[in-house]
Amino acid sequence: MAHYEAPIRRPLVTGDKTYHDVTLDIVAPVEGRANKSWWIVFSIALVAFLWGIGCIIYTVTNGIGSWGLNKTVGWAWDITNFVWWVGIGHAGTLISAVLLLFRQKWRMAINRSAEAMTIFSVVQAGLFPIIHMGRPWLAYWVLPIPNQFGSLWVNFNSPLLWDVFAISTYLSVSLVFWWTGLLPDFAMIRDRAVKPFQKKIYSLLAFGWSGRAKDWQRFEEVSLVLAGLATPLVLSVHTIVSFDFATSVIPGWHTTIFPPYFVAGAVFSGFAMVNTLLIIMRKVVSLENYITVQHIELMNIVIMITGSIVGVAYITELFMAWYSGVEYEQYAFLNRATGPYAWAYWSMMICNVFSPQFMWFPKLRRSIMFSFIISIVVNIGMWFERFVIIVTSLHRDYLPSSWTMFSPTFVDIGIFIGTIGFFFVLFLLYARTFPVIAQAEVKTIMKSSGERYKKLRESGQSLVGTGADPRTSGGPVKINLDGAYIAKPQELSKGETVIAEDNHGAESLTDRLGSFDAATQKADDLKVINGIGPKMEEKLNVLGIYTYEQVSRMTSNEYTLLDNLTGSFPGRAERDDWAGQANNLK
Amino acid sequence: MASTVIHAIYTDDDVLMNAVKEVKKKHLHINDIFTPFPVHGLDKAMGLAPTRLAITAFLYGCVGITVATLMMNFIMIEDWPQNIGGKPSFSYIENMPAFVPIMFELTVFFAAHLMVITFYLRSKLWPFKKAENPDVRTTDDHFLMEIDATGKDGEELANFLVTTGAVEINLIANEA
Repeated sequence: MAHYEAPIRRPLVTGDKTYHDVTLDIVAPVEGRANKSWWIVFSIALVAFLWGIGCIIYTVTNGIGSWGLNKTVGWAWDITNFVWWVGIGHAGTLISAVLLLFRQKWRMAINRSAEAMTIFSVVQAGLFPIIHMGRPWLAYWVLPIPNQFGSLWVNFNSPLLWDVFAISTYLSVSLVFWWTGLLPDFAMIRDRAVKPFQKKIYSLLAFGWSGRAKDWQRFEEVSLVLAGLATPLVLSVHTIVSFDFATSVIPGWHTTIFPPYFVAGAVFSGFAMVNTLLIIMRKVVSLENYITVQHIELMNIVIMITGSIVGVAYITELFMAWYSGVEYEQYAFLNRATGPYAWAYWSMMICNVFSPQFMWFPKLRRSIMFSFIISIVVNIGMWFERFVIIVTSLHRDYLPSSWTMFSPTFVDIGIFIGTIGFFFVLFLLYARTFPVIAQAEVKTIMKSSGERYKKLRESGQSLVGTGADPRTSGGPVKINLDGAYIAKPQELSKGETVIAEDNHGAESLTDRLGSFDAATQKADDLKVINGIGPKMEEKLNVLGIYTYEQVSRMTSNEYTLLDNLTGSFPGRAERDDWAGQANNLK
Repeated sequence: MASTVIHAIYTDDDVLMNAVKEVKKKHLHINDIFTPFPVHGLDKAMGLAPTRLAITAFLYGCVGITVATLMMNFIMIEDWPQNIGGKPSFSYIENMPAFVPIMFELTVFFAAHLMVITFYLRSKLWPFKKAENPDVRTTDDHFLMEIDATGKDGEELANFLVTTGAVEINLIANEA
């Protein structure tokens, strides 16, 4: 089998990971309990979300007048936040679709979370136009439906209507793409679940996924075609968002460079947000072996490149304003850089053009702390970019007597903070209940890009048969014809690892796990291992098992033996991966 | 007559691939294979016909662009033409540049959603559908090959499968 990958490529999955390890590591946050820091962050996010809901209710009941808009600046934070969130929503589909077409295997560790982020941020984005309607219950008027108010239709010449179609197509296609990829992973959780409620929920979510060869064939084809469809889609969405401005005749908006410039900016901010989220998540749910420093480095390179594209676009805009000879255009840009909003302009320049340039240095782009700081800086910068484009182009219009400034009210600020809260509420719930890494996909690259298998291959060993994990496999071949159990010695082909034979409890557990000598060794607190309670610890002690060292040597043979001897909770030890847990403790 | 099948369980994708080739050589019928992840080349080795979902996606896309064109032609040109910024409101083709974004979006919308719905229906995936993998380990790290054993010597078949690297073999008799 060709699992070859050039040795120069760094492993994408580090550590000594087998297929079973992938299962265990990805299911751990779902099966485990939330820790204190999760609850703290979740509570903060929930409070922010509730405050946002309050401000939205205030807006709807009192009208848009509760925002800081005035007759000159008729569009400000609402559209700024909308574009900002849509931009952030670009990274997910870009990672899962464009990188799939380019066969970038590193996408597999991050695509699931990036797509989740996409969906959650597009939800935030969608809120703004809806509440800006003033009467959100009439939002369905944007749909092309015949209505009872005469034969009046929506205007298909308007970029605002294009936005409706682009964003709803983007949201729904991203959702379907994400969900299809989730089915096999939900099925994995479903098949491990022991609590009936959990089993029910994940059975429902997995849509009865069974993993037939034909299903996988279709699954892969569907993923590929969806990626092919989503790639132009993701580019079209921000292109159309930029049309909202570019098709107008406002100086500073009326530029043909907007579509590519907006798309690059969207990718830029989206990747930054992915970095922000994943740098925290990999730590909190211990996925450092899957989301490695290499992943962060590659993301940083994309941030650096798209940041530079955005920089070129800023400079091109300035040049075109001067070169066009149009005074209004020239003034709009002069005013941006030197007028009363110069602080916003230069914040944008520093955050978006200057800060990503640090990523040229390998040392900096491989530093996790530095990447995290830059990712926050970039997101602040991209918010300012939209604010600069929108407010500075409006606040000094054609009539100097109307010139004014914009200042947000508490409602503007509250709604914005509320969407950040809502976003984190969704993401935190997702991180606890969903498989945060596309584990089925990761398993396909284990033998080519996993560190364990890279090492095996380099040592000249064949990879055939190395997918088996001693914790789930091994022992004699089990043959069950008409319920009769026949144990046969396994015929080993050359190079295959020899797995200890099971002689049905003729030897005691301690022969294999090593005995405990009370004189020289200290007994460990086995109750620390998730799944071992005081009762079970007692039973293990009776069997002569006292240390993590001993537990860490357990394989599926010992688990079966243990189940036979203790007779309680069959399968529990394997499911909770006592050996793996003990290995971390010893 | 009661049909019987044999479930042979493997613990490695490469071993499974070799086993499929061996089983095929023996002219045994593989009913199905359940795997935890897509094993590349498995469909070819089993002799599965290529999927036509991509073709359906193309056809659905054609439907999408047609729907978009007919809809906008009716709304903007036939039913209620309006003078919007002096754009030609009397001819679809002349006003088409303004309609391109929606034509594109609806093409993608129809192609993506209808293809996925087709996939779900063909593979029988929907909420409340019962999973049909015979062994829960096949979503973790085990691979299960189901072979038609009707009218065959189970013992002999089992011995053969052991030589292909199967670690567990179960004979299942379906009362039918």
